Amino acid sequence: MSVTVNNQPRFQALALRRAIISHIGWIACGLGLLLVIGPLLDIVGVVAFNGISAFSLKLFTTTTNGTAGGLLNAIEGTLVISAGGMLIAVPIGVGAGIYLAEYGSNKLGNTIRFLSDVLTGTPSIVLGYFSYIVFVTTLGWDFSVLAAAITIAILIVPYLARITELALRQVPNTMREAGFALGASEPAVVFKIVLPGAISGVVTGALLALAISVGETAPLIYTAGWSNYLWNGKLTNAPIGYLTYVIWTFIDQPDARSHALAFAAAFLVMLVVLAINIGVRLIIRRTKLT
Amino acid sequence: MKIRPFRLSLLGLSLFVPAALCAVVLFLIIYSGQAIVFNGLGFLSRITWNLGNLYSDPVTINGIQIPLGANYGILVFIIGTLASSLIAILIAVPLSVGAAIFLAEAVPELERSRPRWMPPIRPALSMLVELVAVVPSVVFGLWGVAVLVPFIGKYLAPSGNGYGLLAASIVLALMITPIIATTLLDSLMQIGKENRESAFALGATHFEVVSKVMLPMVRTTLIGGIVLALGRALGETMAVLMVSGGAINILPTSIFSPVSTIASFIVSQLDSAESDPTNMAVRSLAEIALVLFVITLAVNATAKLLTSGALSVRNRK
Repeated sequence: MSVTVNNQPRFQALALRRAIISHIGWIACGLGLLLVIGPLLDIVGVVAFNGISAFSLKLFTTTTNGTAGGLLNAIEGTLVISAGGMLIAVPIGVGAGIYLAEYGSNKLGNTIRFLSDVLTGTPSIVLGYFSYIVFVTTLGWDFSVLAAAITIAILIVPYLARITELALRQVPNTMREAGFALGASEPAVVFKIVLPGAISGVVTGALLALAISVGETAPLIYTAGWSNYLWNGKLTNAPIGYLTYVIWTFIDQPDARSHALAFAAAFLVMLVVLAINIGVRLIIRRTKLT
Repeated sequence: MKIRPFRLSLLGLSLFVPAALCAVVLFLIIYSGQAIVFNGLGFLSRITWNLGNLYSDPVTINGIQIPLGANYGILVFIIGTLASSLIAILIAVPLSVGAAIFLAEAVPELERSRPRWMPPIRPALSMLVELVAVVPSVVFGLWGVAVLVPFIGKYLAPSGNGYGLLAASIVLALMITPIIATTLLDSLMQIGKENRESAFALGATHFEVVSKVMLPMVRTTLIGGIVLALGRALGETMAVLMVSGGAINILPTSIFSPVSTIASFIVSQLDSAESDPTNMAVRSLAEIALVLFVITLAVNATAKLLTSGALSVRNRK
């Protein structure tokens, strides 16, 4: 009996210590979350503030001139390169996704999936350098739209394939069976039943791929070059400007005007990337709830 | 066997993906072949990167033309890459573990007392964490140059120069926290009710349940997430290039020293490599790209093995 009485204060001290440690633990965890989200908010805030204050009509109507002027050529270049990349990547990526989802549950499918994952993990600068030695120098295309678009396509194809596959696998097998029972051929089942059923997922994948291609820099440095002028319509042997180039080179210039251009370009890029990602997430959540 | 043209054409499309990967590896190997022969294994252990005299006549060594005095060693960049990535991991792990625990366990607790009109907090917060991962690398770099580098220069660095290893590591850390945090969050949410409740029944406080019961259960996945983040950090280019200060031929001595990583060095060398008439600099850069590819491949493969659960303790029967 006396033993328990003697232990009473020690138990209380232990309980107190555990409670204090727990509270400190929770505060530390909350701090962690704050330090993860805080910089994001600061980035968005700083870029938006400096970017918007650099906005003017001139920004969208004139081309860059040295480190001043507008961003028209860069905006156009980013659109052309991204569109080109998507044009190459979407058919391949969606086709690969269809194959993996419908017929890829075998060794070959697993191999393709594995190599596609390896491609996803490859640093983008390695892809850019590959394109440089193959397209830019060996094939003699110089810095060009085509080299840049192909590089972007290689970069986003594995994402497209993976997301398409996941979306198609959501379509219940009974729908495929119903299609076959009606005598539909394989292409008819895929294109008229499975793909329409998973179209929101496929579009989601395409949008996320677009966001990646708009925000990418490293693979373009070695393939697109840079140009102060609007695109002349040539696919090869003509460099082209793009927004992310403005961000990383103009911020190193000494004068305030080029900094303003860098922030304006960063704001445009961030706006597109965040708008796509937030939009996609909100839509996914809504469809999951219903 | 019946030939199915539809399947075959789809297969043809999907073979583009592995073909692209093989082409990348193959062309890098072929192109860097002469450089690999010339540089030998010392490529990885030499400190000096010297393009040689580009204006005098090239000399021929072992049948390979190189500029006079050229010497290619990438130890500085390997050290820079490893140092910045490891420091980034050291910063990122506590932050993201804390963030994931808070999102998984504390936020639902807080939400219990949320008024009816308020929208749920957790989806919004976890979306914010995910959004960190999609901010383009070059925008992180811009923020680093505009905010972080002046801050480090003013308050931390003795030299007053904020560009360097620390700035690169912090930017990298911010970029990889969402990878670790979301991996951990997903696996924390999948832990069965029984495990948590039996811990509570033993009288553990909520934090003890999380730190002593739940975290050890997801240890393997957490390590997998960390290795995955390491793979991303190793290959990161633009943000590091913009804030690291770019060192050549000198090893970092403190966390404020300027550094170059393998990826950032490839970008920064484009102009000078092009001016080499023998092309050996461009070939050596291809060899660097190959080294980077091999490193990230090894790291990502390890991550995949860990996150797939093949090595998980719980699956061992």
